[in-house]
Amino acid sequence: MKVLVCISHVPDTTTKIKFTEDNSALDKEGVQFVINPYDEFGLTRAVWLKEKEGAEVTVLTVGGAEVEPTLRKALAIGADNAIRVDQEATDGFQVAKQIAAVAEAEKYDLIITGRESIDYNGGQVGGMVAALLQQPFINACVGMEVEGDKAELIREIDGGKEKLSAQLPFVIGGQKGLVEESDLKIPNMRGIMQARKKPLDVRPPAETAPRTKVGTFEKPAPKGDVKMVDAENIEELVRLLHEEAKAL
Amino acid sequence: MDHYQAPDYYGVDELLTEEHKLVRGATRDWVKKEVSPIIEDYAQRAEFPKQLIQGLAEVGAFGPYIPEEYGGAGLDQISYGLMMQEIERGGSGIRSTCSVQSSLVMFPIYAYGTEEQRKKFLPRLASGDMLGCFGLTEPNHGSNPGGMETHYVDKGDHYLLNGAKLWISNSPYADVAVVWAKNEEGRVHGLLVERGMEGFSTPETHNKWSLRASATGELVFSDVKVPKENLLPGKSGLGAPLSCLDSARYGIAWGALGAAMDCYDTALRYAQERKQFGKPIAGFQLQQKKLAEMITEITKGQLLVWRLGTLKNEGRATGAQISMAKRNSVEIALKIARDARQVLGGMGITGDYPIMRHMMNLESVVTYEGTHDIHLLITGMDITGENAFK
Ligand SMILES: Cc1cc2nc3c(=O)[nH]c(=O)nc-3n(C[C@H](O)[C@H](O)[C@H](O)COP(=O)(O)OP(=O)(O)OC[C@H]3O[C@@H](n4cnc5c(N)ncnc54)[C@H](O)[C@@H]3O)c2cc1C
Repeated sequence: MKVLVCISHVPDTTTKIKFTEDNSALDKEGVQFVINPYDEFGLTRAVWLKEKEGAEVTVLTVGGAEVEPTLRKALAIGADNAIRVDQEATDGFQVAKQIAAVAEAEKYDLIITGRESIDYNGGQVGGMVAALLQQPFINACVGMEVEGDKAELIREIDGGKEKLSAQLPFVIGGQKGLVEESDLKIPNMRGIMQARKKPLDVRPPAETAPRTKVGTFEKPAPKGDVKMVDAENIEELVRLLHEEAKAL
Repeated sequence: MDHYQAPDYYGVDELLTEEHKLVRGATRDWVKKEVSPIIEDYAQRAEFPKQLIQGLAEVGAFGPYIPEEYGGAGLDQISYGLMMQEIERGGSGIRSTCSVQSSLVMFPIYAYGTEEQRKKFLPRLASGDMLGCFGLTEPNHGSNPGGMETHYVDKGDHYLLNGAKLWISNSPYADVAVVWAKNEEGRVHGLLVERGMEGFSTPETHNKWSLRASATGELVFSDVKVPKENLLPGKSGLGAPLSCLDSARYGIAWGALGAAMDCYDTALRYAQERKQFGKPIAGFQLQQKKLAEMITEITKGQLLVWRLGTLKNEGRATGAQISMAKRNSVEIALKIARDARQVLGGMGITGDYPIMRHMMNLESVVTYEGTHDIHLLITGMDITGENAFK
């Protein structure tokens, strides 16, 4: 079984976000990058498939050379080999096209993406990859058991869960639940050493053009001051809502 | 997981490879997950958290620079240093366990042992199936180990070992002890003494105010029959144990900086949050002096150990250079711990913050592996050519 885990290289969740002067891009100066948290659940699940069913796990990132430490970490955690598609993709469609191009050549049985990446939160790549490959897509996937070429899956839906069955090959958008937080693997020293010798294949990008273009970014307006109103003083509350907040 | 955060005032990170950072980040993640939540409690109760041994082995903290064929990871010396730094940010006691296992037990078996000894012990020490200890210090011979009384006699098919060692880290839990003893000619050799050998016991030393989460004890040998194949043949004389100490001291030079960083981080955060006289205490000059001096010393220390690591990778670090770094790191860590404790006022003495624990631990670190004075004398001898020990 060949598994592809698509890994997004994203700013750490505690990063203080700044933009470049014209607000057209993230200012990467001083920002630390990590494996997209949703992808980390998928990666761990894939490593289990490797340990239990002997799956071969490939990790892939579309990006410049600066994403390689993230791929090395994924190799240290247990992936067998890595692919970097050498393109600074600017939208989800471009990323999906690159992944699909690799997948068409390599014929994976299972493709795992995160339900979204925590940088731009597009949430599009998994679905687009599936569409481009004409495969089923199970998003917000919180459980997956594979048996031969069939799989039982659980998907988070509004207010509950949905159980599905699907036939390989397919694409999932993974998240917590696929494995738990306590299952996430910290790479060990032997893994880090072995990662040195595992192949990290840099591939030229397929020809694609982005379909969207970012104009500018802006930060959410800072939260206003909090005004405490005594629970007894309904009149004052109504007055404030009316005159200051102009919500009534 | 959160990204790695630590003081780095001079961009020392840029001197590290991506792999170094991966090693450091992984160790940090492990320490935050496994050590930080429990260490205060174990230190308060003066108990060794022996359940951590498996995890330490799994992450690769035992013999990271020992080649892979013997169960190590084959990493370089800077990686080893960074691991010790991160583990000691959690606690000096746990770092001590790692130093002993890696540098004082696995290193001599690897460097001076036979192929059979390497195959028998190293993989089991790396995997945590076995815990080791290192017996050099004796009740009457601490700074002057050359005067040791522990000795053995060749009885034809075995050696007969007698004597006692004191202040031995890990001894109460150790499965194997690397014991330094004199033969009939008075020459120091290393012997592998295994738990269960008749006449060998390891009583624990109680009532320590320092390294309370690390077990310390004695090694007592009364007519212990040690099989001849348990002698380390590769090196004899005092230089053999001292070379192990060089390796451990190197790790301590990094480790103590980790303790210093934890104290500094804690004090800085506290000073920015704690308000007195209507403003954060970080705004008062006297507190800024403490904090500014802390980061200055940490930064100097980081550069020193990084350079020492590159020398060690090239096999060029001298014992005297290692002494300087060990002495410097522990000295500044102790001073930073004391200043940081004051920044926290009364809160600084409680177990809600790690500072007092680090401070008390560092009182052992400044004494073991060569006391503060002895390292100074080593530097003195190195630069003047005059021996001031005796
Ligand atoms: C918690 C802990 C764990 C330890 N773990 C181990 C271990 O695993 N294995 C092991 O073998 N040992 C271990 N030690 C022992 C440690 O290495 C010794 O304590 C240390 O070498 C000092 O020896 P001592 O305590 O006998 O002090 P002494 O040598 O008696 O020194 C007392 C004082 O005299 C000073 N002094 C001594 N000689 C001179 C001199 N020539 N000139 C000037 N001043 C001098 C010293 O600097 C010190 O201040 C451990 C110690 C502690 C506290």
